[in-house]
Amino acid sequence: MPDDLRIGAFPAAGEGLGSGRKMNVYLPIANLAVNGLIIVALGGLTGLLSGMFGVGGGFLTTPLLIFYGVPPTVAAASAASQVTGASVSGVFAHSRRGGVDYLMGGVLVAGGVIGTGIGAVLFRLLTALGQIDTVINVLYVVLLGGIGGFMARDSWREIKAQTRGEALPARKRRHHPLVANLPLRWRFYRSGLYISPLAPLLLGMTTGVLTMLMGIGGGFVLVPAMLYILGMSASVVVGTSLFQILFVTMATTMMHALTTKAVDIVLAVLLLLGSVTGAQLGARIALRVRPERLRLVLAIIVLSVALRMALGLTYQPDAIYTVTPL
Amino acid sequence: MLRRLFALVCLILLGAARDPILVPEVSQHEVQVRQGFTGTELLLYGAILDPQGTRAGRDYDIVVVLKGPTQSITLREKQKHAGIWVNAASARFRSAPSFYAVASSRPLDRIVDPRTAAIYELGLPFLQLSPIGSFQTEEQIRFAAGLVQLMTNQKLYQEDPTGVTVNEQVLYQARIKLPSNVQTGTYTAETFAVSRGSVVASAIARVEVKKRGFERIVAEFAQRSSFIYGLLAVAVSVAMGWIAGRLLTRT
Repeated sequence: MPDDLRIGAFPAAGEGLGSGRKMNVYLPIANLAVNGLIIVALGGLTGLLSGMFGVGGGFLTTPLLIFYGVPPTVAAASAASQVTGASVSGVFAHSRRGGVDYLMGGVLVAGGVIGTGIGAVLFRLLTALGQIDTVINVLYVVLLGGIGGFMARDSWREIKAQTRGEALPARKRRHHPLVANLPLRWRFYRSGLYISPLAPLLLGMTTGVLTMLMGIGGGFVLVPAMLYILGMSASVVVGTSLFQILFVTMATTMMHALTTKAVDIVLAVLLLLGSVTGAQLGARIALRVRPERLRLVLAIIVLSVALRMALGLTYQPDAIYTVTPL
Repeated sequence: MLRRLFALVCLILLGAARDPILVPEVSQHEVQVRQGFTGTELLLYGAILDPQGTRAGRDYDIVVVLKGPTQSITLREKQKHAGIWVNAASARFRSAPSFYAVASSRPLDRIVDPRTAAIYELGLPFLQLSPIGSFQTEEQIRFAAGLVQLMTNQKLYQEDPTGVTVNEQVLYQARIKLPSNVQTGTYTAETFAVSRGSVVASAIARVEVKKRGFERIVAEFAQRSSFIYGLLAVAVSVAMGWIAGRLLTRT
């Protein structure tokens, strides 16, 4: 969405969208006034998604905040802390049911923290080159498009099979051949795996980089990767991914606070207010809807965000010029 | 020595005798950016005094310029490459004002010629941006125009050709809107009296735009003790997630 990645896409944010009720809140780090109710609603929407689907919802928050006029760096930095809040209660719930593999989680977190460090360096480098927004957008299109397409195909097949009344052949749970070739092997009991810790370490690093660059939790990258690349047992996938997201977004918030200094605590609190309540509601909805339908809905949302971003890259943006302080 | 001083005083008085004196004032010398700040309107007003005491003797045009702190910036330009819009060209400027609003009693091009406008930085096309490095005039003009367009869209650059009202050739006033996304710092409010194409008097007043209260504490905290600030942000998000989880799962 390069047309929106400019400082203050909307002259006075809050004018265009908040025509009805208004609660003007000045964001001290973003340096602008926004309609607080809209930010809370935005947090609520992404919280709802995270509760329903077990993803962080950061993939929606960051672009929507940018669209609303919040500077991109502030949006990414503050969205990370929102994802932290949204995943806390999830981690507690899953750990009570024994759904977290702490060893696997620990390795993923270690990789994630290294990844955020690499991400911070990349962030600075790309900002200096002036290509950060293009890279972020291309990453969004490729990742969301790829994973969304994959999810859509998968859930569609499942739904079709169910309506025909036949059972899908059970997927063979096995890790990717590349993973088997890595040296050193650890036993991960809860995941039911005996593999090299380098695989989850690398996976954690990748999501760490993505979290730093895109302000996302990385859940929607992590979950499929855990299932299809590592071959983890499904019962611990969501809990362990939430565990990793929790710690990696904490590290990301710290990294942003130290390097870009773009964490807006007022913005984060507004987003959190919405998202933590939304997450609880979403979790309840999730219990009543069939999981494959839910996945199809998520796939459609993910794909439409990717499509919007792709269009934004190819259409002529409203603002050809962007300003960055030297 | 005394004689020389006397001569100097006489000179000043003579000069003063020819030119009018401007007495400018601003409605607010300090703009406080605090919770709920959605921008503000500044009233820039004052009087033009003719030393001969004969007011309305001549027609003065008044130009009022409110300028924010300047900053060094990189301006990037997007071009279409391989089907997508990417930042392809850039220019650096040493002194781009973060805010610039000009109001005048008549359209600027009818008050001053381009040379005078350039000397006094009157009007958006005449901003002294001090480009860094060597680049061609055409390019420079294109980038400068791009910057003006961008900042105008954000209401950070404004030009109001009829924004100044002059009463009885003595009192003038202009209203300038500061949007909520203004930068903090020292702003200068300059007033120019223009007669027959030349600036005959000018005066300057200062306006401080400052973050106050909670906003100031947060902004300074984030800058100075960024580690503790980060820890606080993390703690707040964990606590809120945890509390919500406890509260809402019970019921």
